[in-house]
Amino acid sequence: MIPDLGKYTFEVSMSYGIGLALLAGLVAVYVIRARQVKKQLIAAEARKDA
Amino acid sequence: MSIWEFANPRQFMGWSGRALPWVAGLAGLCLSAGLIWGFFFTPDDFRQGSTVKIIYLHVPAAFSAINGYLIMFIGSLIWLIRRHHVSALAARAAAPIGATMTLIALITGAFWGQPMWGTWWVWDPRLTSFLILFLFYLGYIALWAAIDDPDTAADLTSVLAIVGSVFAILSRYAVLFWNQGLHQGTTVTVADGAQQDNIANVFFYPLILSMAGFSLLFISLVLLGTRTHIRARRLRVLFQKEMRT
Repeated sequence: MIPDLGKYTFEVSMSYGIGLALLAGLVAVYVIRARQVKKQLIAAEARKDA
Repeated sequence: MSIWEFANPRQFMGWSGRALPWVAGLAGLCLSAGLIWGFFFTPDDFRQGSTVKIIYLHVPAAFSAINGYLIMFIGSLIWLIRRHHVSALAARAAAPIGATMTLIALITGAFWGQPMWGTWWVWDPRLTSFLILFLFYLGYIALWAAIDDPDTAADLTSVLAIVGSVFAILSRYAVLFWNQGLHQGTTVTVADGAQQDNIANVFFYPLILSMAGFSLLFISLVLLGTRTHIRARRLRVLFQKEMRT
């Protein structure tokens, strides 16, 4: 299934490995931060209404 | 209804909340289809061998890095002229995404350049302008973090974004301005509605799909980030009220 990358295996694998890791990290940071802030805001709104 | 009403925070939270799952879903679909097609189902190039597969990450990341700065430029300009908070927050949300895209373009470019040019890095006009663009992104993020008052931060970062847009333009057109250096010209050129012969169709179609995926991912993260910043502002106001009472 994995294509034969020949003598450029290191370069192509590293490009995909680092590139996809950076993309995944970016998405994770945005999603986690969004969830944290939303949760904090809901708690703060609840305290205000109480 | 005026277009500016979409920039009202309440309106923005409404329509962006409805649009976000669709844009993010489409981004995931295009990105995975483009990358899987490009990596697994395209042939090697007759000169570059398998390194041609790096194009499906390198070109879309570079494309997003430049267009990300365009989003920051427009958002900053709207903030300075019309004082719409959402536009400043959208520019702020775009910066870390643009910085990551620039970093991906620089790293994948180095891994591509080493076997093809015989060097990881060269002070070529396009590479150098991209490095400066990355530093502008970092400076912009640091300036937002360094200033407590959100309006002052938005003012100062907007000026920085507008000044830095010169380097975004240079990054795009450097190979045309200075006809020197190792980096090739534009890979994907559309002139008179037709694709020019810079790249064969077998590489072009997955590349376009990957570029669409990167662009949609960029838009969905800007929407998500802007929503988070709007909520964080509301949270800050509530905390300040709690502190006073």
